Amino acid sequence: MITLLVNVSGVLLMAAIVWWFWLYRPGRAVQPDAVGTVQITVANGVYSPDRISVPVNHPTTLRFMRKDSSACSATVIFEELGISAELPLGEAKEVVITPATPGHYSFSCPMQMYRGSLEVKDE
Amino acid sequence: MVEVKPSLNTLSLEGVSCNGCVNKIRKLLQVSDPEAEISVDLDSKIAQINSLLSTEQIISCIEELEYQAYPVLPTVQQFQVEGIKCNGCLNKIRKALGELDPEVEVEADFEAKTLTVTSLLRLPQLIEEVSALGYGIELLFQPEQGQSGNSLLETSSSLASLQVEKKLQPATNSAQSEASDSVAVSARESVTDEQQVHLSLEGMTCASCVKSVEDALSSVMGVVRVDVNFGSRSALIAGDVSAQALIQAAEDAGYGASEVLDHEQAEQQKEANEAAEYKSKIINTVIGLGLGVPLMITSLLHDMSVSSSGERALWGLVGLLTLAVLLTAGRHFYIGAWKSFTHHNANMDTLIATGTGAAWLYSMVVVIAPEILPETARGLYFEAAAMIIGLINLGQAMELKARGRTSQAIKRLLDLRTKTAHVFRNGEFVQLPIDQVQQDDLIQVRPGEQIPVDGEVTEGRSTLDESMLTGEPMPVKKTVGDEVSAGTLNRSGALTFKATRIGKATVLAQIIEMVRKAQNSKPPISRLADQISSVFVPVVLLIAVSTSLIWYNFGPEPQIVYMLVTATTVLIIACPCALGLATPISTMIGVGKAAEHGILIRNGEALQKASRLTHVVVDKTGTLTAGQPEVTDAQFYGALGEQRTLALVHALESRSEHPLGEALVAYAKSDVTDLNLSNFQSLSGMGLQAVVEGQDILIGNPRFMAQESIDIEPSKDLAAGWEQQARTVVYMAIDGQLSALFGIADPLKPDALAAIQRLQHDGVKVLMLTGDNRATAAAVAQATGIDDFRAELMPEDKLAEIRRLQALGEIVGMAGDGINDAPALSQADVGFAIGSGTDVAIESADITLMRGSLHGIADAIELSRATLKNIKQNLWGAFAYNSLGIPIAAGLLFPVTGLLLNPVIAGVAMSLSSVTVVSNANRLRFFQPSRNETVEIKREVQS
Repeated sequence: MITLLVNVSGVLLMAAIVWWFWLYRPGRAVQPDAVGTVQITVANGVYSPDRISVPVNHPTTLRFMRKDSSACSATVIFEELGISAELPLGEAKEVVITPATPGHYSFSCPMQMYRGSLEVKDE
Repeated sequence: MVEVKPSLNTLSLEGVSCNGCVNKIRKLLQVSDPEAEISVDLDSKIAQINSLLSTEQIISCIEELEYQAYPVLPTVQQFQVEGIKCNGCLNKIRKALGELDPEVEVEADFEAKTLTVTSLLRLPQLIEEVSALGYGIELLFQPEQGQSGNSLLETSSSLASLQVEKKLQPATNSAQSEASDSVAVSARESVTDEQQVHLSLEGMTCASCVKSVEDALSSVMGVVRVDVNFGSRSALIAGDVSAQALIQAAEDAGYGASEVLDHEQAEQQKEANEAAEYKSKIINTVIGLGLGVPLMITSLLHDMSVSSSGERALWGLVGLLTLAVLLTAGRHFYIGAWKSFTHHNANMDTLIATGTGAAWLYSMVVVIAPEILPETARGLYFEAAAMIIGLINLGQAMELKARGRTSQAIKRLLDLRTKTAHVFRNGEFVQLPIDQVQQDDLIQVRPGEQIPVDGEVTEGRSTLDESMLTGEPMPVKKTVGDEVSAGTLNRSGALTFKATRIGKATVLAQIIEMVRKAQNSKPPISRLADQISSVFVPVVLLIAVSTSLIWYNFGPEPQIVYMLVTATTVLIIACPCALGLATPISTMIGVGKAAEHGILIRNGEALQKASRLTHVVVDKTGTLTAGQPEVTDAQFYGALGEQRTLALVHALESRSEHPLGEALVAYAKSDVTDLNLSNFQSLSGMGLQAVVEGQDILIGNPRFMAQESIDIEPSKDLAAGWEQQARTVVYMAIDGQLSALFGIADPLKPDALAAIQRLQHDGVKVLMLTGDNRATAAAVAQATGIDDFRAELMPEDKLAEIRRLQALGEIVGMAGDGINDAPALSQADVGFAIGSGTDVAIESADITLMRGSLHGIADAIELSRATLKNIKQNLWGAFAYNSLGIPIAAGLLFPVTGLLLNPVIAGVAMSLSSVTVVSNANRLRFFQPSRNETVEIKREVQS
């Protein structure tokens, strides 16, 4: 009985890991405010918000505020957009993007531990 | 004496993008009026200036700095507003807007649901504020714009009235102008001594906060002036005062504050942050190991049992101590893990937190309720938890130290910037901060000083050490008319020069920017590693769970201990860091190292492609040769006479940008007369054509002559003779008759042969493409050891040749001057732009060689090969580590050897793995191109 219980809970735990980290699709992505700005805090291993939706062909300012002193968080890379920016500690750093093609883009720290996604949508 | 009161001016600015611009304006205003205060909302670009100066004076000051300023007058804007019902709503809106613009007027029509706002605020700001209150808002109309002609008219009338006021007080004005003159001088002198601290503020929600922040900051000892800007949530404080004291004061008043720093300060701040980070990691290490090591020794010497209640109490205490360690030294892992978890993300923190957390929880269960576990399973793992936290902190500290060295290249470049310059102002050279230097300023540099901005020498002669930018060790002579670059070192004489490029436009600033960008970009080789990293942690979690299940079902007694040990070890040994670090850290060092050698690599992709080049295509003129051709021979035909012919040559060629044209202009120079030229045409790959005073003139190559049916037969033997000596032959025809022949020689670069040999030695085939004739090309090819060349090519032929090679599967690099060869450069897999000195378009190619030498290509290829090799070693190491480490940790060797890894060993291994990657990458710092050997070999051969 216990054997079954342990095995079932193990499998359930694995299923939960798969669901939580890969299959789960969070609700709406954050959109820029009226002046086209999104504030992103870089702290404790995450970008918050980490899902951002921006309009295509429209300049959007991503204002990064880094509060984490780890070396990895000091750079944010938008691989597909060819952007990389150094984020000073405790200071806002603005990255202006004007994506030309709709789709999903990712941004991350150089080691892929901080990860965020950018949805570029047709207006 | 009538006191002149300062007045508040609201201006709309153009061209102002940052606080640096605002500071420039502030400093200039304060030269005339030391009490002038300016605050600018950088979002709306609205400036509020409180000063004795008239609006007109202020505007002319601002325009002097090449910004535009317009007086802002309130605009009337009408909106349709949803949800506005009563005066309460109206007051709410009025209050919110009033905080941004105290003069705002808001009227509402509740029936029509319209809102009329008269204010200085810009439209987006208004909409943002009102919608933030929960009302739907839409613009109906905007009768008057702040900067419309209408309001400008009003402005000029208000300016007129200001002038009238001034005329009424002539006596005061002159007295005041004398006073302000003397103040201006002292202000200028004090500019460099006065310290300013720029703070960014948080928590300011309304305009009344401005007052409290101002009061708080003013109360700090040493503060001379405080200027709080509500719009940009920032404060500028003048005086002899530390930023720390100011931040403290702001925080005491209930606001968050942090210092805003310029580049240089930012760099210092970054170093200070890193030092603090290092220190805290070391402290954490000491805390972790301080508990872990004694516990570990105890556990080795004594059996840790929890049978008696006394032992349980003792271990309970140890458990609490361990918890304290986890929550202090390991705090950031747990917070990071939790935050990531809530974001459906997992990272290294997740692994460490789950691993150590599991070890601690299990041990606590053993202490609190040992009876629920079988006797043999009552082991304690407190020491493992504490040791792992200590070791991983130690690993991170070591990594931080090693990483610090990686940014040396950029630090060296940053150090080349000077803080001040001797600028000519009001009849003398005064020392000014670098950000006050303007274009066209005259600047003096003495021997031993660094050039502060880019410019053109107007007086004096000297030699400059440009090695820091170009990698070229030979000092370069500079005299009137020559260009000098910021960051280079004046060695011998005093120079005066006119500033041509300042701030971010200088070559140095562009280099820094490009190196920074490239250092953070990734070569495509990292893609696989990135894809793996992005799923790595959840996969490890899955492996850990399945490992425990396998041990539970198939392992020996006590299964629960094996489950715990193997799962914890798997979690701890897995290291996404090594994988994630492998590429970026080597790229960073490789790109930085290249910059030290005067090689600017645009991005990681260029770096990777350069390492795989099989062919390098070189242009002849300017690449293999010095690019400064001279006319060495001339022969004239016909009755026109030498003088007249040369005058015609000059008239046409002075319009050409071709290097050969310059040689002809220089040759024909002495015989210039003004000629009337029409129908001028420059035919690419052919020559020039024009009509001068009724005569048809053609200057160009044989192909051009053939196309125009000019008989060049009479010159055939002479031309062939010249071509044999590597001369380029240029023909000239007047009214269809051959009238002159010029032989132009372009000397080979002295190191062309050695550089080509080096490339061939590196296994790269060198192909020369030139528009020049075959005989000349053959002569050059022979002299430089190039075995393959194509001559008499049009620019599009060069492109086709590169395409042909690429179609054969070759990876082709192309070296050219970046301007004439643009299409070929962009078609090539790697375009090398070769500059001479600092006069090169940096953004034009994949790789820019600041030094004119072809050795740069070989250097770049060797360095990129070394970097890619290093990246591969790192990636391979990281893959191998994880794919061996994880199965061993899971107990794969146990059935065969009975070996099971201790979680503490896993912690050591994991720390070492990322330190190894960083250290291996650091080996690149010792890279030396093979050039020195080659040169030495050549010297030996010569001697």
